[in-house]
Amino acid sequence: MANDHIDITVEPGEVHALLGENGAGKSTLMNQLYGLLQPDEGEILVDGEKKVFRSPRDAIAAGIGMVHQHFMLVPVFTVAENIALGAEETRGGPLGWLDRRRNRRDVLEVSTRYGLPVDPDALVENLPVGAQQRVEIVKALTRDVDLLILDEPTAVLTPQETEELLAVMRSLAAGGKSIVFITHKLKEVKAIADRITVIRRGRTVASVSPETPEEELASLMVGRAVSLEVEKTPAEPGREVLKIAGLVVDDDRGVRAVDGVDLVVRAGEVLGIAGVQGNGQTELVEAVLGLREPLAGSIKVDNEDLVGMSTKQILRSGIGYVPEDRSLDGVVKEFSVAENLVLDTYDRPPYGNAFRLNPAAIAEGARQRVEQFDIRTSSPESAVSTLSGGNQQKVVVAREMSRSLRLFIAAQPTRGVDVGSIEFIHGRIIHERDVGTAVLVVSSELDEVVGLADRIAVMYSGRILAIVSPDTPREEIGLLMAGITGSGAPAAPAGDDAGPADEAEEGTK
Amino acid sequence: MSTDEPVAAPEKAAPEKAAPEKRAEKPGDSFMAQFTHNLWSANTVTVTVLSIVLAMVIGAILIIVSDSEVLKTFSYITARPSDALNASWNVVSAAYADLFKGAIFDPAAVSAWFDGSGTWQQAFTPISETLTYAAPLVFTGLSVALAFRGGLFNIGGQGQAVIGTITAAVAGFTFGLPVVLNLIVALLAGLIGGAVWGFIPGILKARAGAHEVIVTIMLNYVGLLFLGWLILQDGIQDPNRTDAISKSVAKSAQLPSFGGELRVNLGIVVAVLVTAAVAWLLNKSAFGFELRAVGANPLAARTAGISVGKTYTLLMVVAGGLAGLGGATQVLGTAYALTPAVAGNIGFDGLLVALLGRNRPWGTLLAAILFGALRAGGNRMQSFSGISLELVTVLQALIVIFIAAPALVKTIFHLRAARSARLGASMAKGW
Repeated sequence: MANDHIDITVEPGEVHALLGENGAGKSTLMNQLYGLLQPDEGEILVDGEKKVFRSPRDAIAAGIGMVHQHFMLVPVFTVAENIALGAEETRGGPLGWLDRRRNRRDVLEVSTRYGLPVDPDALVENLPVGAQQRVEIVKALTRDVDLLILDEPTAVLTPQETEELLAVMRSLAAGGKSIVFITHKLKEVKAIADRITVIRRGRTVASVSPETPEEELASLMVGRAVSLEVEKTPAEPGREVLKIAGLVVDDDRGVRAVDGVDLVVRAGEVLGIAGVQGNGQTELVEAVLGLREPLAGSIKVDNEDLVGMSTKQILRSGIGYVPEDRSLDGVVKEFSVAENLVLDTYDRPPYGNAFRLNPAAIAEGARQRVEQFDIRTSSPESAVSTLSGGNQQKVVVAREMSRSLRLFIAAQPTRGVDVGSIEFIHGRIIHERDVGTAVLVVSSELDEVVGLADRIAVMYSGRILAIVSPDTPREEIGLLMAGITGSGAPAAPAGDDAGPADEAEEGTK
Repeated sequence: MSTDEPVAAPEKAAPEKAAPEKRAEKPGDSFMAQFTHNLWSANTVTVTVLSIVLAMVIGAILIIVSDSEVLKTFSYITARPSDALNASWNVVSAAYADLFKGAIFDPAAVSAWFDGSGTWQQAFTPISETLTYAAPLVFTGLSVALAFRGGLFNIGGQGQAVIGTITAAVAGFTFGLPVVLNLIVALLAGLIGGAVWGFIPGILKARAGAHEVIVTIMLNYVGLLFLGWLILQDGIQDPNRTDAISKSVAKSAQLPSFGGELRVNLGIVVAVLVTAAVAWLLNKSAFGFELRAVGANPLAARTAGISVGKTYTLLMVVAGGLAGLGGATQVLGTAYALTPAVAGNIGFDGLLVALLGRNRPWGTLLAAILFGALRAGGNRMQSFSGISLELVTVLQALIVIFIAAPALVKTIFHLRAARSARLGASMAKGW
């Protein structure tokens, strides 16, 4: 049962935050409101009138719109075409030709009325994520909705884009629209919500005001007291483990992504890389792991050059890696928890050899690690796809920490992970540091970097702009992330590619 | 997997504890109740069986419609409905009875064996025919199924089987080795021939990103046309014949059979052994782990250090080798000489067999035997009931269509979704 007798009321002109961990039943609730799922019991009233939604069409007709976490846009269509999709204006009857001009005009009209700048002629696939989300919102607004459901809208956004979205939500609410804002991020809830409903395991556990302190909200969500701060002792840095010098890497499109990076990570310290997504962090890490070929420079671990080694050799040399996109690169969803736990050690003793697997050893290893890493699963034989995001991430972390490591690299270790699991994963990372492993953490969440790191390298446009202490004021790090160095002038974007800079600018227009 | 377990577990209990409790808690439900529940829940076995039933029903309609005598009785159905119904029943039951007698066993032949007027060979002829037709399909089916588990769609089973027939036959009439050795060498030759034909799309996919579907389809043509050219060449063509047929393989290179009417040969035994080997490879070997990981999520496999290109190449080599063995079984077991159509349609039928067998090794074996049975029974149906062998092809196609559209079958039979699977998922998610 995903929803167990939930009551919720949304007033006009209100931003109502629905707070809960992954799998608490937030999305299930909203999918019923949007006609994607039918409730077994209970009723939905719109303006005091009982409604039954058999499909999203009914919900839209009743004035309810939804922006899904994963956008429902056709990438090769233009913005105007996407917005018209499903409600096309035609001339000459239903089989007549499309009235593109009128579609375009409608889009522009809605976009100016609500202050949501979109270019109706741009192809959706060329737009940054934040702009795609605006398209989704405009699409919902052109259907004349009174209630807008935003399902985890900030999960995919950069900090700037998040700020903009919050501003848009404020103006929509001021214009009389009601907004249901689904999230598990406490800061955003406090910044925007008029009322907060906390859901845990399919039940409403509290309806509170935004003045409630973060710690209290977190414990309501998780059901026990959680510490939002990472507890750690001062680092005791030892030898230089990872030494990157003059590294240059291109991305998939052949555009320079990493442009001369020098970096040192010592044993027993956490080096955090802060930066807005898309400034070369991904490519930097992939180059270290041998997943992407560097054009120049050296990557040395204990003076052994990794360039030219296969990913398997690199992992075997004592490097653990938590990739940033869990479902794409981290786990094989169809595989069981046990199989995912040996995804990179399946052909080594005790789990097997180059020829055959040892199922008994794999099962035993899985049982131990499920316990040790608190992986909540019905059985180690269950498919990983049946686990919540946080538990899937624990599977990846458990796998990578089960080898003896010299260097541990975690990219976005807690993206899409619930509060309880975040606390656990952060604890394991600090534990790994304390046993003398060099740790490199890449995250676009500044809080996470500041909480974990002993030193912070700020990356912008393929370069390390500065290495600062975690005590540095947030504003200063934030400015560095936006490419503004002490001199006050924005750092020059690398080469002829202005990709990340462009995106940032587009975001603020 | 716990999909077959009883399901009335307390949902709020900790999932770790729930599993053992579930079993203990269900003494009330009788075995029969559970059996029928499982039967009517939409698991893959149920859907497969019902697909076959549906195909038979539509096949029956086709038999009635294509019989002009029976159709005549329908013209006065309102006056005497019993005529139409009887005639329909007679023609359909006769057809399916012949299908059964030709594929499994013929009661008449069995009683003849017991009263001494027939031989035991005649009693076992139907099953022998079924297994004879099934053997090559097992190999080509496994080829497709294995490739599919690794994320590759091997449409090239036909070409690989054709090359397998060539290399196996040529080895079979060239080397003249001693008894057992000659057969082993010929089978290996077929395996290697198919493997080479599979290696080409594999390496092109790994190194150059060429899509395996396009390459394997093209290689099917190349293989078939190469066969057509080769059998007319000196040293290959039978010197005593002017038409397109090669020399026959040496007796010592033929797959041994019972002789006479029992055509079934060692091929089906090899097929079962190879099925076991493929099942082991897929589930218990390191390479099987790699190929399943690459098939399910190549990006994650690559991130975990598995070489995707190497896996694709090796996988196509193995898949090609299996299809090549299928070709070898065909030419060393029944055909004995190369003709342009020696491989028949075994490569393409392998696609259907793999689909019907849900890409699982043992499922593929059973599906191949079913297809073999339909083919063997179809022969008898054609000669005794006068129903075209093509009806069998239609039946095969209908079965596969229903399998490919499980939602259709579920709707027709009002199947419930397998509840236990659903519950398991929601329990683990809502922690």
